[in-house]
Amino acid sequence: MKAEIEILQPGLFSSIQDLGRFGYQKYGVPASGVMDRYAMRICNLVLGNPEDTGVLEFTMQGPHLKFTESTSISISGADLSASLNGNLIPMNERIEINAGDELKFGKPRSGFRAYMGILGGFISEELMGSSSWYEGLTENIRLTKGMKLHYSSENLVEVDTYSSLKIESDYVLSKEIEVYPGPEYDKLSVDQQKTIFNSEYTIEETSNRMAVQFKEDFENELEPIITGPVMPGTVQLTPSGKLILLMRDCQTTGGYPRILQLSEYGIQVLAQKLPGEKVGLFRKEYPNF
Amino acid sequence: MSKYPQISPLGDRSILIDFGGEISSGSLEKVLFFKKKIEKSNFKQKVEVINTYNSLLISYLFTIEDVYGEVLRLKGLVRQANIPKKSNYKIFQIPVCYDKDFGLDLEYISKANNLTIEDIIELHTAPLYQIYFIGFLPGFLYLGGLDKRLHISRKKSPRKSVEKGAVGIGENQTGIYPKSSPGGWQILGKTPIDLFNKNEDPPTKFSAGDKIRFVAVSKNEFVEIEKEIADQNYTLKFENYEG
Repeated sequence: MKAEIEILQPGLFSSIQDLGRFGYQKYGVPASGVMDRYAMRICNLVLGNPEDTGVLEFTMQGPHLKFTESTSISISGADLSASLNGNLIPMNERIEINAGDELKFGKPRSGFRAYMGILGGFISEELMGSSSWYEGLTENIRLTKGMKLHYSSENLVEVDTYSSLKIESDYVLSKEIEVYPGPEYDKLSVDQQKTIFNSEYTIEETSNRMAVQFKEDFENELEPIITGPVMPGTVQLTPSGKLILLMRDCQTTGGYPRILQLSEYGIQVLAQKLPGEKVGLFRKEYPNF
Repeated sequence: MSKYPQISPLGDRSILIDFGGEISSGSLEKVLFFKKKIEKSNFKQKVEVINTYNSLLISYLFTIEDVYGEVLRLKGLVRQANIPKKSNYKIFQIPVCYDKDFGLDLEYISKANNLTIEDIIELHTAPLYQIYFIGFLPGFLYLGGLDKRLHISRKKSPRKSVEKGAVGIGENQTGIYPKSSPGGWQILGKTPIDLFNKNEDPPTKFSAGDKIRFVAVSKNEFVEIEKEIADQNYTLKFENYEG
């Protein structure tokens, strides 16, 4: 049956994302994929979907959606006051949807990015092994008013309900971003190496899926490097003192010193920080190094 | 004592190998030799290896279980001292139209570098450019080999939009815009060919280690090639080099 989600309001920035593209960075293609992998995993686990099934990612202001056929969904990540036909619904649980139901989001209560999984996943364009939307590559970039998403309302097999699934939501409120020293960390002076972990940073308004920037400048005299590989989580330091924390849609190479590298958990925590929020950098060491 | 190559983890899912040194064809040969060797080696999970001028980044699909062991294994692989002087690569011919309609900054380069427009075209089409790697944007080629006489600083204020296919120069680099984007390079022409086609696998015909030559074409030829590409009648010319 033709099952559709009608986009009544698109929200601030909403897109379909999965684990992203793997194996195409050598052609200069960004990895993309969900900013918060943990939330995506939970969304899929509570529905019994494969863990890497594509989900909708919402930023701060969720959309207003209408379902044409029955299905099941799940919401995880940021708490954006999700409601179904006007009634608040719980997070990290399987929610039954009937034909005609309307899902809406309200006031952001905690975190920055919420996720919606759907039973069996979305039926959407796949490119280079991923359904992640990315400008310049995929037909769709973000949800727009009037757009329709497709899903299957058939094959509603009963699955394990994962009633014993333990969900750790504390990370959404964490203010500590876990980082490893990066390839050019040693080029910082001993003082700078100390300062970087003892400072407080404010998330810049311009932060997006490509990069998060901090408002505070970090004075330095580091020379640019010969253009080298970068990846999501790489922290670049510009000559003007900007710390650029590369995120999922980042370029594949760059010429600024890579002083730090976020852990996967660090990326997950940072993905949930709102512009204006303050965070600290928390040093993690590589095992056995 | 040289500390290179330096091998270290980068985050939870990658290992970076830094060979050090300058940008040169020689360094690239070394980097690509080890890239191939590493790609052929035994991995416990799916990986992708990308190279830049003097580095290799090995990205693993999942968190690396035994990072220490894996770094040791890679150290063993890059220990080899002498690299066989043998390489196979393709030499592509990229048609470029240097007509004034496309070469928006030809006049500027001509004045700034004291060259005639004919000189510029000759100097730009003469070298065999080395493709070091693809990065920055999907399909953007990092090329080496630009003649010193063509080195020129970027525009003081970048253009809001540079057309797809525009061929430009920024400092000591020349390159092609794979898609329309803002850009500050001095533009000297345009190629009708696609550097990146998202519907093909692989999405680009070029690889690190290949070489290209720019071939000047007239505006009529440009339009002709553009039409052939639209009709899917065009094949990019290249020769294989084995040595």
